Amino acid sequence: MEPMAGGWMSAAHSMGTTILAVEYDEGVILGADSRTTTGVYVANRASDKITQLTDNVYICRSGSAADTQVVSDYVRYFLNQHTIQLGKEATVKTAANLVKELAYQNKSFLQAGMIVAGWDKYDGGSVYGIPLGGTLLRLPFSSGGSGSSYLYGFLDQAWRPNMSKDEAERFVVKSIALAIARDGASGGVVRTVTVNAHGVERNFFAGDKLPLFHEEISPGRNPLLA
Amino acid sequence: MTKTTIDLPPKGGFSFDLCRRNAFLESQGTKMPKFRKTGTTIVGLVFKDGVILGADTRATEGEIVCDKNCEKIHYLAPNISCCGAGTAADTENVTDMVSSQLELHRYATGRDSRVVTALTMLKSHLFGYQGAVSAALVLGGVDVTGPHLHAVYPHGSTDTLPFATMGSGSLAAMAMFESRFKEGMTREEGIEVVCAAICAGIFNDLGSGSNVDLCVITKGGKEYLRNYQQPNPRSYTHSKGYHFTSGHTAILSSKIRALRNQVRVVEGDVMEEE
Repeated sequence: MEPMAGGWMSAAHSMGTTILAVEYDEGVILGADSRTTTGVYVANRASDKITQLTDNVYICRSGSAADTQVVSDYVRYFLNQHTIQLGKEATVKTAANLVKELAYQNKSFLQAGMIVAGWDKYDGGSVYGIPLGGTLLRLPFSSGGSGSSYLYGFLDQAWRPNMSKDEAERFVVKSIALAIARDGASGGVVRTVTVNAHGVERNFFAGDKLPLFHEEISPGRNPLLA
Repeated sequence: MTKTTIDLPPKGGFSFDLCRRNAFLESQGTKMPKFRKTGTTIVGLVFKDGVILGADTRATEGEIVCDKNCEKIHYLAPNISCCGAGTAADTENVTDMVSSQLELHRYATGRDSRVVTALTMLKSHLFGYQGAVSAALVLGGVDVTGPHLHAVYPHGSTDTLPFATMGSGSLAAMAMFESRFKEGMTREEGIEVVCAAICAGIFNDLGSGSNVDLCVITKGGKEYLRNYQQPNPRSYTHSKGYHFTSGHTAILSSKIRALRNQVRVVEGDVMEEE
């Protein structure tokens, strides 16, 4: 494979990615890296892979950038109509099912691995994993993207139910940082979104704020930060 | 005898039927025509008062430069412009199409166009054609909600960024941006950085060359600076121009034929307008 033969220019825009969502005692925390690649070139080093669907439901996107953007746009539109018609805020289960419906019915055209997570008053915090193919699976925590391969063992061992908000956020940030350390297609910054009964909180962890692991060198002054 | 395939009515969108035939012809040795591509370096950045878009001016057909001074910054609306990289026909036509749609939309809504409207129209069209429309665009403009800059990819995905580069020269241009970009630059600083980025593409990328075009868009209006910089003048020009006295070319034979007896002038009625 000749990465610089020019083929990278016409390669589809994909999000190599590590995405993660976990339930904690009051709601859910979603986390993602920020690298979008076209072949081997990093097309966007600060992308936001956690997209809002409604006030209380968010989606993590991995796979083809175009496919997931279109699916999120459609589901946001459907949920908007649904909320007006229903007269109440939409549930996470409904949002997840709409995403599943699009993913399953168009499985031969789409390359999209997504995680829908949020808070509603019926089920509290819920996380739904929707991998390639359109399976819908409610789980206490779910990971996706190329970097998730490096996290299965860690998540199985380290996740505990009913973590506090700070514990859960540190858990999410540590997981994404571990994946970034080993996966070339994941990188940039770590973004987190916390959704609970009180509302939504967005957070951002730049490279120098991330924990360091085996043989990682601590960052000096970052020339990309003016 | 039952048919094993069902003829469905065309559902719209790109018909891939002829692609197999093209692939077959190619395998038989027919040479495919080369598309006119804009090899290209296109950039955009957000500065204090709006956005600045920049582009080079070289268009290529395979290895040949077919146009040394083409225009890659396309008009979308009075307050929105779009730089295009990829297949020239695709970028021209998709921007023309969206420009018309935006005008109709302005009449229907009675409002100035917003950049996100152009963005949604472009991304839906490109996604529908699943990457067959090879148009990579840098879309920028200023509307009531402020300045906006987006990168649009051929498969229909978009990125919203403070600075963006696309095309074969995008790596050279991005290197300039990453080292020189600051938030809230003035117009002069912004123009300097954009020119540096395009020049990096012009001199280091074979698919980009010739001149630098700029477009500065602010709340007050759009300023299209065609050929703002011309860093590649013709090196050798005859000071007196080129003049060939008659007698340089040998005339082998001459034949003069009057055309008048082949043209019949007929008086007719003036076309009526009803």
